[in-house]
Amino acid sequence: RAVPDVHGGARARPTLLAYYFLFLKLFINNQWQDAVSGKTFPTINPATGEVICQVAEADEADVTKAVKAARDAFKLGSPWRRMDASHRGLLLSRLADAIERDSAYLAELETLDNGKPYAVAYSVDLPNVVKCLRYYAGWADKWEGKTIPIDGDFFCYTRHEPVGVCGQIIPWNFPLLMQAWKLGPALATGNTVVMKVAEQTPLTALYVASLIKEVGFPEGVVNILPGMGPSAGAAIARHMDVDKVAFTGSTEVGHLIQQASGNSNLKKVTLELGGKSPNIILSDANMEDAVEQSHFALFFNQGQCCCAGSRTYVQADIYNEFVERSVERAKRRVVGNPFDLSTEQGPQVDQEQFNKILGYISSGKREGAKLMCGGGVAADRGYFIQPTVFGDVQDDMTIAREEIFGPVMQILKFKTLEEVVERANDTKYGLAAAVFTKDIDKAHYVSNGLRAGTVWINCYDVFGAQAPFGGYKASGNGRELGEYGLDNYTEVKTVTIKVPQKNS
Amino acid sequence: EFFVANEMKQTSGSFCPEGRQFNMSSQPDKGHQKQPGNGHTHQDPNQNQNHRPQHVEGPGTPALSMPIPDVHIQYTKLFINNEWHESSSGRKIPVHNPATGELLCEVEEADAEDVDKAVRSARAAFQMGSPWRSMDASDRGHLLNKLADLVERDQLLLATLEALDSGKVFLMAFFVDLMATIKTLRYYGGWADKIHGKTIPIDGEYFTYTRHEPIGVCGQIIPWNFPVMMFAWKIAPALCCGNTVVIKPAEQTPLTALHMAALIKEAGFPPGVVNVLPGYGPTAGCAIAHHMDIDKVAFTGSTAVGKIIQKAAGDTNLKRVTLELGGKNPNIVFADSDLEYAVEQAHSGLFFNQGQCCLAGSRVFVEEPIYEEFVRLSVEKARSKVLGNPLLPGVDQGPQIDQKQFDKIMELIESGKREGATLECGGSAWNQQGLFIQPTVFSNVTDDMRIAKEEIFGPVQQIMCFRSVEEVIQRANATHYGLAAGVFTNDIDKALTVSSALQAGMVWVNCYNAMSAQCPFGGFKMSGNGRELGEYALQEYTEVKAVTIKISHKNS
Repeated sequence: RAVPDVHGGARARPTLLAYYFLFLKLFINNQWQDAVSGKTFPTINPATGEVICQVAEADEADVTKAVKAARDAFKLGSPWRRMDASHRGLLLSRLADAIERDSAYLAELETLDNGKPYAVAYSVDLPNVVKCLRYYAGWADKWEGKTIPIDGDFFCYTRHEPVGVCGQIIPWNFPLLMQAWKLGPALATGNTVVMKVAEQTPLTALYVASLIKEVGFPEGVVNILPGMGPSAGAAIARHMDVDKVAFTGSTEVGHLIQQASGNSNLKKVTLELGGKSPNIILSDANMEDAVEQSHFALFFNQGQCCCAGSRTYVQADIYNEFVERSVERAKRRVVGNPFDLSTEQGPQVDQEQFNKILGYISSGKREGAKLMCGGGVAADRGYFIQPTVFGDVQDDMTIAREEIFGPVMQILKFKTLEEVVERANDTKYGLAAAVFTKDIDKAHYVSNGLRAGTVWINCYDVFGAQAPFGGYKASGNGRELGEYGLDNYTEVKTVTIKVPQKNS
Repeated sequence: EFFVANEMKQTSGSFCPEGRQFNMSSQPDKGHQKQPGNGHTHQDPNQNQNHRPQHVEGPGTPALSMPIPDVHIQYTKLFINNEWHESSSGRKIPVHNPATGELLCEVEEADAEDVDKAVRSARAAFQMGSPWRSMDASDRGHLLNKLADLVERDQLLLATLEALDSGKVFLMAFFVDLMATIKTLRYYGGWADKIHGKTIPIDGEYFTYTRHEPIGVCGQIIPWNFPVMMFAWKIAPALCCGNTVVIKPAEQTPLTALHMAALIKEAGFPPGVVNVLPGYGPTAGCAIAHHMDIDKVAFTGSTAVGKIIQKAAGDTNLKRVTLELGGKNPNIVFADSDLEYAVEQAHSGLFFNQGQCCLAGSRVFVEEPIYEEFVRLSVEKARSKVLGNPLLPGVDQGPQIDQKQFDKIMELIESGKREGATLECGGSAWNQQGLFIQPTVFSNVTDDMRIAKEEIFGPVQQIMCFRSVEEVIQRANATHYGLAAGVFTNDIDKALTVSSALQAGMVWVNCYNAMSAQCPFGGFKMSGNGRELGEYALQEYTEVKAVTIKISHKNS
């Protein structure tokens, strides 16, 4: 069942073989299964609007089956529980190797299903998936408890134990990468997983499921269910035998997940939600670099990033030049067939997002922002939207307050540092932020003052598996990546033993 | 638990619960063994697939691996700057098979001039802006993982070389030494991008953070008892932290280190990052310890040489020193323990690797009520040991490493007899040819005898009798060593009391020699300085730099 040789890992050219080798069923207990209901749903190529194929649609009955498999795999004495931590790590390394081997194919499949440019899928998403899995592979046998000098004649130590069955609900904007972010720490720490992948983009996750089986993860350790949020997602969130749920998606759904936990078994909840991230350009910044980085910060991935720099605050004395250059850059952005290697921007993921973004553009015009370029549909089929820049945006406009999740840039003007920090923080979100300046004092002042889980200085969207990521306020709860990511998948057990006589 | 001497099944089981790591398909193909220098990259997906079958295909047939017959020794030169060099003196070291006395080959002999050359190359590789210094930490880790993959590919060849060169039992070399080598490399591969500095809430209007930087050029001097494993223990933490290395393998056992050098190049480490110099202690080793441009020296070997290394650092540039030295390790068996199991563990705790372990449990303290029975069973066990050609299956014990060690062990056995210990079995040489010594057990050993005080480093077990917990703790600690210790008891209070009281870097409770890359290893007192393995080893290969920046308005 191997992918043909033509998919060499080093080759960066798509061959449109993505239609082959599709896995279209539910992955439960290392087996491919139809949905209990027999239902399927279509997954769409957003570049054309055409159906790629039908995929089995999980709902509550399937979730229950998958949770049962995950629970069995988690039983004391099971192969997974008995496995050396270093061997869990080795399995994750092997998974990374298998994904690296098949990365050209996976990148194609990602582009087909999601619409992101192939060049990006191949050179950004896939390498980061591989690195994330390798990173957590290394943690498996390094996640150390402590021995603790407790008062009295006792010996005290902690064990870091896995939480148990983890429900994981991931979005469609970085399907493979979000899968790796979720699986890496959960498996490194020894949990079992029931993962619901987004209905817009189920294909790559299912292919990865086949690799999970190939490299030798025991049955039931990872179960992957394509399905809809209100049915399969909700079933995970309220399941009485799921010990933890991790969700990445909208803040609106984040509220529902948290509520479901409260209404059921108080499962642990981690959330990575929306953002309206400020990107602050001080007048002493390198203009050319700041323009390019701010463009990238917003337009990367068709603007479909929770951390998109969607409020670009520019200091008054450079505001006009910055807007002019940003417009010029946006106009140069190449929108088109995502399989074309020169394409910078593909389609939005689906009709719903497409409509929503166009609605925001209308609201921007209506509320008095200045449309500098774009603003319309970019092709006669598929979900393409022109790169759009708004100038003279005010903080109270809808486009300055709500997450657009599309290629629409808002540029706002500020005068002082105190003012911009206050305005930047005046949002329910707190995911990411950036500041561009050459002044070391200002850099520290602004970065310390921002209420955001990630602050970039003179850069944007710099991610490494080593660095934690997550939100303040309504942007989420908990951290993914880095050592911090392990906390969310660990129960700490304190073991205290009476001893006859303590000595230091 | 890769080190567990008598439990190969356990070792393999701990590596792969499915138990299919050791099937025939995991053996490298011969083309690779004979030309390991050929560029093997991860670019070609077909080639990658060659690495997969053992993890992909169904249940493998467990089969014992056999050594490679008539193995070709390919690497015999000094490895400096990713190139093979002849020694500047033109001298060579004869390398013998201790099981037969036969000359295996000659390797180039490094001395001070070659050390200078290697240090220059290591220093150049450590310059700011060099490929090695500017490499992502995760890529350093990935190189270590690649090296582990190559060692796994050449496992059979390396195990064969190791058994030939050191006389250790081939299957032990294959399952214990090589597996430990692979796991150690993988373990530190994982650490490379997880060596975290801190940000620190300093008083005042400042922002403080720490960077964990590599120390620089590290000299590493390793012994002959676990040649390839010690090589991995040394280079893995050093490289994962970003140092460069000049490593001297023991003159008795240079062969696997030189093959590792070839694999280091093949894996893609930049030139100069690792330099391998076979040579003698008083010349090459001394030159490393005294070198003014070596920032750190790590030594594993005898306590006597450890002192020389420490002095050399004091006489020169105060280079950082870590030492793993000798031991005279107490293994304490209480009457409430599982007797047969304790006998077996105490036996392997001493006889593993021909007794040539710094960890050897060479003072077995047995509680009085079970003393006689314990001695009887221990003698039975020692007598059942099969000596012979270490390459053959079924052999438990090979030869000692060289004539000098052989003579030293025989001399200590004589002292035991002379000082009044009861020789229960063994006590003399075995076979006409090779450096074999009969498994030897002494009972009625008292603490003042030389065999109870000095490190024998051979197949000679001392069994002593004790009456109380307090007494045995006091006697166990009455030594200038403090490397390891064992306690056998089913009583949780005794286990915790004794393990807390023992002055030793490792204490095993109801087990012995249970080691693994995750657990730190090192000695109290004169058994050494610093720790190897585990997260602790990273401290030995990093300098901490605190960076403090004035800021204008501090906030929490």
